[in-house]
Amino acid sequence: MTDETNPLADLLICACSKVWQGDGEVLASGMGLIQRIAASMAMVKNPDLMMTDSEAWIVSEPVPVGKRNGYQPQRETWMGFSRIFENLWSGARHALVGPTQIDRFGQANISAIGEYAKPKIQMLGMRGFPGNSMSHANSFFVPAHSKRVFVAGEVDTVCSIGYNPDRLPKGYSFADIDIRYIVTNLCVLSFADDSKRIQLDSLHPGVELQEVVDNTGFELLIPDNVSTTPQPDADDLVILQRVDPNNLRLKAI
Amino acid sequence: MNKLMSSRDAVAQIESGMTVGIGGWGPRRKPMALVRELLRSDVSDLTVVAYGGADVGMLCAAGKIKKLIFAFVSLDFIPLEPYFRQARQNASIDVMEIDEGLMLLGLKAAAMGAPYIPTAVGLGTDVVTTNPDLQVIESPYGGDKQWLAMPALNLDVALLHVDRADQRGVCQITGPDHYMDDLFARAANNTIVSCDELVETDYFHSDPQQARSVFWERSCTNAVVHIPCGAHPSSCTPLYGLDASHFKAYAASAKEEGGWQQYFDDYIAVGEEQYLTKVGGVEAVKALPLPIY
Repeated sequence: MTDETNPLADLLICACSKVWQGDGEVLASGMGLIQRIAASMAMVKNPDLMMTDSEAWIVSEPVPVGKRNGYQPQRETWMGFSRIFENLWSGARHALVGPTQIDRFGQANISAIGEYAKPKIQMLGMRGFPGNSMSHANSFFVPAHSKRVFVAGEVDTVCSIGYNPDRLPKGYSFADIDIRYIVTNLCVLSFADDSKRIQLDSLHPGVELQEVVDNTGFELLIPDNVSTTPQPDADDLVILQRVDPNNLRLKAI
Repeated sequence: MNKLMSSRDAVAQIESGMTVGIGGWGPRRKPMALVRELLRSDVSDLTVVAYGGADVGMLCAAGKIKKLIFAFVSLDFIPLEPYFRQARQNASIDVMEIDEGLMLLGLKAAAMGAPYIPTAVGLGTDVVTTNPDLQVIESPYGGDKQWLAMPALNLDVALLHVDRADQRGVCQITGPDHYMDDLFARAANNTIVSCDELVETDYFHSDPQQARSVFWERSCTNAVVHIPCGAHPSSCTPLYGLDASHFKAYAASAKEEGGWQQYFDDYIAVGEEQYLTKVGGVEAVKALPLPIY
């Protein structure tokens, strides 16, 4: 144990873990450290969720992140990459991913910044974003809320489908797309039921509304009464220590 | 049938302009020794299909690639592959960027001998706008929805690395994931497989699990090349982990003027025997810790 703490990381992990609240038997995929600890926390609270060891197996309980210290993953079936696609095409998955750019439609980019033919910054490539966004629920985590992430126009490369009427393929509707939450270091956002516009759900403790507005490149729907993102309770802190026994979250934000 | 070949003879079958699929995933079980052999050849203008790592980065750096078909290129713990990045930012390669699952479907279509597989994946994204050749179709069975017709990714050659093989082309992968290697083997006219260990056929008879770890039948394997540590610096779990310090030095070389030429001279031009000596020998490679994800 350590006396050090990182209250912001704890708060963000708890907020992220809630994206899976109410999900049934779906694969909870957290891409990145904060996201993975959050998925682990969600599965402790909701054992119907499924998780992998982040390599090739479905496990019956979340694998603590980092050094295993003798811990053996509790494998229940093989889940190599080819089977991941079988799973995700079925819709039985909810991924929490970290895009580099997000626009007002919920379209996301992890591929390339600038002109596509000759990018200013080439990143990873689209990875599984096109298939994920067409197949199952997705939420986003943004560790540094800014206008560089929440861009004014469209994202430079549209890797995942969003609620953009101009790009909707023939025969498809917004009901075929399922983007749930955006958790940032400032707030929690979601998509309005009817318009699918991005709305403010809660501000993290100590964050002013204006800070969110000033750092977002598009207009958000702001309800009259904005709630405050809840702090982790005592049970949450116990779960955090169980799923992150090496305290990797201390340096995660 | 004896399919054993030297690395040089096997790779000499690859001609300029061919489409080459490379197995593995990012920095995991890549046929790096075969890629180094390809880098030493005078072949060019390749179309490369891969879940890319340093295999793609090196082929980009050496100017071997005309067109890259990819969903990502990454070294995982070094997220951005430096030479792939340079190639894209200099617009020196043509690309067909698709989704990871679309690549699977393209390989599957090729393996089935089908022209395409219909899917919703990619619709509504820049997969369709940046690849105007991709066709969007109606279902012949009715319904309002459009489908993307993911074309077969037919490969002239597949390059794969496995734990062990016999000379007839029975190939075994005992790590936790064989990735899409089986589909690469089936999608190719000519599948060249390097193996860490060359074994007698009766190795596979000892217990059913040995045969269960063989993911394609030997008729899909055309050439077997015995190259101990042939996946280095990528991992070949459970035999060895990835070589993080080698990857770091490789990535750092991209920041130096003439860095690629220096890396090429140090590790590729020297040939595989000296390569293995320079990276510490078999003992050092086998001691590389297995990654924890």
